[in-house]
Order: sequence, then structure tokens, then C-alpha cells
Amino acid sequence: MLPNRNHESHAKPILYFIGVVVVGLGSLMGIPLIVAALYGEWKIAVDFALSASATLLLGGLLMMAFRAYRKQRLGWGEGMTVTAAAWFVGMLVCAIPYSLSGCYNSYLDSCFDVMSGFTTTGLTLVQDMDHLSNGINMWRHLLTFVGGQGMVVLVLTVLTRGVSGAYKMYVGEGKDERLMPNVVHTARSIWQISLIYLGLGTLCLWIAGMAEGLSADRAFLHGLWIFMSAWSTGGFAPMSQNILYYHSALYEIITIVFFVIGSFNFALHHAVLTGHKRELIKNVEIISFTVTVTVLTLLVTLGLMRDNVYPGAVAMFRKGFYQLISGHTTTGFMSIYARQFYLEWGDVALFAMILAMLIGGSACSTAGGFKGLRMAVIFTAFRRDVSRVALPEATVSVRKYHHIRDVVLDDGVARSALLIVIAYIFTFTLGTLAGMLCGYPFGMSAFEAASVTGNVGLSIGLTSAAIPWALKAVYVVIMWLARLEFMSILALAAYVAMKVKKK
Amino acid sequence: MKKVAIGLLFMIFLLPACAFAQTVTSTDLIDRAKELDGQTVTFTGEVIGDIMRRGDYTWLNVSDGSNAIGVWAPTEMIGDIQAAGRYAEHGDKVSLTGVFNRACREHGGDLDIHATQVELLAAGYATEHAIEPGRVVLAVVLTLADLGILARLLSRK
Repeated sequence: MLPNRNHESHAKPILYFIGVVVVGLGSLMGIPLIVAALYGEWKIAVDFALSASATLLLGGLLMMAFRAYRKQRLGWGEGMTVTAAAWFVGMLVCAIPYSLSGCYNSYLDSCFDVMSGFTTTGLTLVQDMDHLSNGINMWRHLLTFVGGQGMVVLVLTVLTRGVSGAYKMYVGEGKDERLMPNVVHTARSIWQISLIYLGLGTLCLWIAGMAEGLSADRAFLHGLWIFMSAWSTGGFAPMSQNILYYHSALYEIITIVFFVIGSFNFALHHAVLTGHKRELIKNVEIISFTVTVTVLTLLVTLGLMRDNVYPGAVAMFRKGFYQLISGHTTTGFMSIYARQFYLEWGDVALFAMILAMLIGGSACSTAGGFKGLRMAVIFTAFRRDVSRVALPEATVSVRKYHHIRDVVLDDGVARSALLIVIAYIFTFTLGTLAGMLCGYPFGMSAFEAASVTGNVGLSIGLTSAAIPWALKAVYVVIMWLARLEFMSILALAAYVAMKVKKK
Repeated sequence: MKKVAIGLLFMIFLLPACAFAQTVTSTDLIDRAKELDGQTVTFTGEVIGDIMRRGDYTWLNVSDGSNAIGVWAPTEMIGDIQAAGRYAEHGDKVSLTGVFNRACREHGGDLDIHATQVELLAAGYATEHAIEPGRVVLAVVLTLADLGILARLLSRK
């Protein structure tokens, strides 16, 4: 997993591919630029033109300088280093339009929002969100949509027609399912699935928006942005009240449908779309998700009923269940105010929310958290070990689980799943500690840390532009670590450490 | 006698709603929700986003700068409100009085105000967002540099 010791020669292809990703991100800025120009937001259009030209210049210079190394084969370490470094450099360049817009108090706040978008977290430090331009809103939601599907692989597959290290970069982005034999085709397949749903979801939300009183063009833009956010399990919304702004059960139900589907494994989508519909019933991640949602819904309902928080079943569904399913799929859409969690929900419901946010959605999806697949693998391994104790010594106990195909559980898979879950718990603990060290109570710190670690975006009211810069930086690192599932960033850290050691 | 009776009725039913309404901020409504639940409050702020008409009633979202609060008002009551705050304009400033609900039974548990009176305090206005000429010049210069690099990359193919 570590980069090749001959790192001098390998730095150059890494820089070349980072340049490619930066060029891709610079090109992407053309979309909000066009939206801003269409709506006559000329100041914002100029900001995007400036940001895009600066970003393209940086990427172009890197590509030009290291072009000779573009066909060099990348090892696992280099592939993962490209991904981790590209996300970091991408954060720095994508924050330029935010910073120029004047909507953020500092460059760190801008970087926080970019990383929150890329990682589909959804926490935000933006100022005066209710007066944001359409251009900036387009950029916020586009970043979360692209980040959810896989930014590096998209850019590399579109701009380079496939490279030898693409699969390593794809795995580095926290996805390891091959939908097709070729990673380029896999990435394209993921994007095709997402774009089909983009059309369908935007249409549904557009109609719903008009039915609920929005004008046709506002309903379209809101529908597009909310879909991008829902599908990517992102949590950004164009207005400060998030989903509560619409005061609409219809909007809430449509978003539930799309963020739940968005939290499913792309391999599952591919299987269903290619005719294997029984996968929906048999897949271990669906079973795991169903069980945890059921148990945690009961727990949240119990907690809210005990404290008599909501009157009646409809309110319980639209507030209790909505926040829970939003947290469990790591979406982060909210139909209550952040401080209502802290002031009204009570410890039992908040405990269930923290568990839901940490468990998260499916592997190889846009969701964060431990992932349902790992929960299922660990549970299956636990059952196997218990049965080994109970059965006679000579008995060979073999456990299988169904994920696209029947898979025999081996110790390596179980160990790997457990290690990642332990890494998530360790990161969550650090995040909680960081919050407490900054003076916030344990409950608040734990809730926000679970949200950041699970790339969720629900807030209990802690995250704001007023929190200390150190806590913002810690949250940025945690979002980055958790989204890339640790390995890429560890590879990057090992690479940097070796460079420093050599000097 | 009839006038006295009408006057008494006015005092009994209408005055309490206006005269005894607490003036609150959005932070009060969220932080003291249990205490204020079911009480008549007066809230002042800017109408933001969209005026969402739903038949005889309309949803407004009104922001006092800290949070936006949902307001459910009879459509006929909000006839004067024209501008909702967005990027290019500051929305109408309104003062509204109504019953505050911590978790509205009628609206799926929303924290909202059911308005009984809406008053337009100040009409909305367009906001200016001036372009900085220096940024335009820099963008042009950088774009020219980008084109130079692109030409160089293409020529090497």
C-alpha cells in the first residue's frame, strides 16, 4: 500500500495526474459561470471566470511540466496518493469562487464548505445563505454531486481516456466494486446511473415545487439542487432552513425516496438495472439497512414519545423518521432547526441518531459511515465464531453472505471490515474530544463528531462560522479521512513522511 | 348599547392578540419553544426566498437575520407583500402577529407561526453587486495564459 521507495521518479506522474484533476475542476467551474450569466449575476460570473482561469492555469502548468510521465504505471501507493492529494488540492482551488464571492468569513471557511461538499457531508459555514446567488448555489450542489460519484475517476476517465492507475485511484475514493471488467467503463456506468436519476429526480422535484407554490424557474433550480444533494447523500440545500423551507410533505417524501436509493451500492443499482431484481431482496446490505433502520426508528420513536416531543403520527414521521433516515443514509437533510435536536429531542433519540450516522449507507455508494456491508460482515463473522464455540471441534463452520453473488466469509474480509470500523470509531472519538477541548458539551460534541465522521451533515447547532479555527481544521481532516476511508490519506501521509525523511 | 357591545367584543377577542402579544426573535422561538408554544407572538423580519401560495393560505419564510421562521397566513392577508429576499433584492420587511406552534399538529410538526395579522413595514429593494474591474482584467490575462498552455499541450501531441 505504501508508495514506491523510488519516490523522486513517482512524484512526477502524481503531479501530472493532480494537474489533470485540477484542469477538470477548472472546467467544471464553467457550469456555475453559465448559470450566473443566465441570471444576470455578473459579479459572480466574473468571480467564476477568474477562478476557472486561475485553476486551469495551475492544472495546465502541472500537466505541461510533467507530461512526459503521463504513461508511467502507478502502483497502489501512487494511485491512492493521487486521489488523496487531488482532493486536497481540489479543495484549495474550488474554494476560490467561494472566497471571491464574499459569502465566507475566511479562506478556511471556504475550504471547509468545499470539503463538506466533496465528501457529501453537507455542513456549511456560509454567511447569509438566503441571499446566495444562483451561481454560488449551483457550485455548492455541483461539488457535492461530483464528489459523491467520484471526482478523480470522472476527471481521469473523461480527460485521459483511461490510465493504468485508474483502478487504484477509484479504490482510493472509497469505492472498490467493479461493475464492469474495466474501471473506465465502471466509472462511466456509475455516471450513467446517476445521470438517469438526475433527470428523473429533478423532474419529480420540479413538479412538486410548482405544486407547492414555487415559480417554474425557481422550482426547477431548487429541484435540480435538492436532487443533486439527495442523490449524493449530501445535505446541502439552497435555503438556510434546509428542507423545512418548503413546508411540504410531498417534497420530504420525494427526497426520502431519492436519498435512500442514492445510499445504495452502485453494484446493486447495476444488478437491478440489468435485470437482477431479486438482488433487492437478497442483498446483505439491504437486509442490514432494513434491520438497522427498523431498530433505530423504534428507538427514536420511543425517545420522542417518552419526552412527548411531537403530536401525532404524522409529525412523528415528518420529524422523527425524516431526521433518522436522513442521518442513516448520511444525507443530512433537516426538517427541524439544528438546536431543536439539543433542546427537545432527549438522550435516547440522540443516541439513536448518533448510531445511525455512524453506521451510514452502503459501500460503493455516495454514502458515508461504517457502511452496511461491513456491519453485515462483522455480524456474520460474529455468528460464525459463536457457532464454532458451540459446535464440536471437528465441525467446519462456513458462513456465506449474499452481495451480488454468494460470498464465503473469510477471516481476511472480516478483519479488514473490523479494522475500518475501528478506524471510524477512533476518528469519531477524536472528533468528540476536539469538540470538548473547544468548550462544547459532550452530547453536542459527540453528535457533531458523528455527523462529520459519517459524512452526514446533520447539526445539533455546534457547527457555525463562530467555532474556533482549530475545530474547523479538525473537521475538514475528519471529513476527508472518512470519505476516502483512511487508506488514501495514510498513503499520502506515508509519502510525505518519506519525502521529509529523505531531506 | 350596540356600540358598547361591539367595543367589548373587540377588547375581549382582538385586543389580546395584538396588545398582549410578546415581541420575540427567532432565537427566542427556537430556544424558548416550549415556553412560547401556543402563545400569541409578534415577530419582525424580512420575507425571504419565495411566497408559496397554497390556495386560501400562503407560506412565507421570514428571517430576522439569525434564523428564518415559517409563517402560515391567509392569502388575502399578505396582498401587500410583493418582494421576497434573494441575491438581487432585499425582501419586504414585515411585522406579523400570530399563534406560535413549537410542533404544529396541522403542519406535520413544523415550528411555525399562524399569522392573524401581517403588516408591511418597508418595501423590498434591489441590491447592488458591483463588478470589480481588476478581477475582469486578471481573468482576461489568465485566460490568455490558459490558451497559450493549451496551444502548447496540443502542439506537443
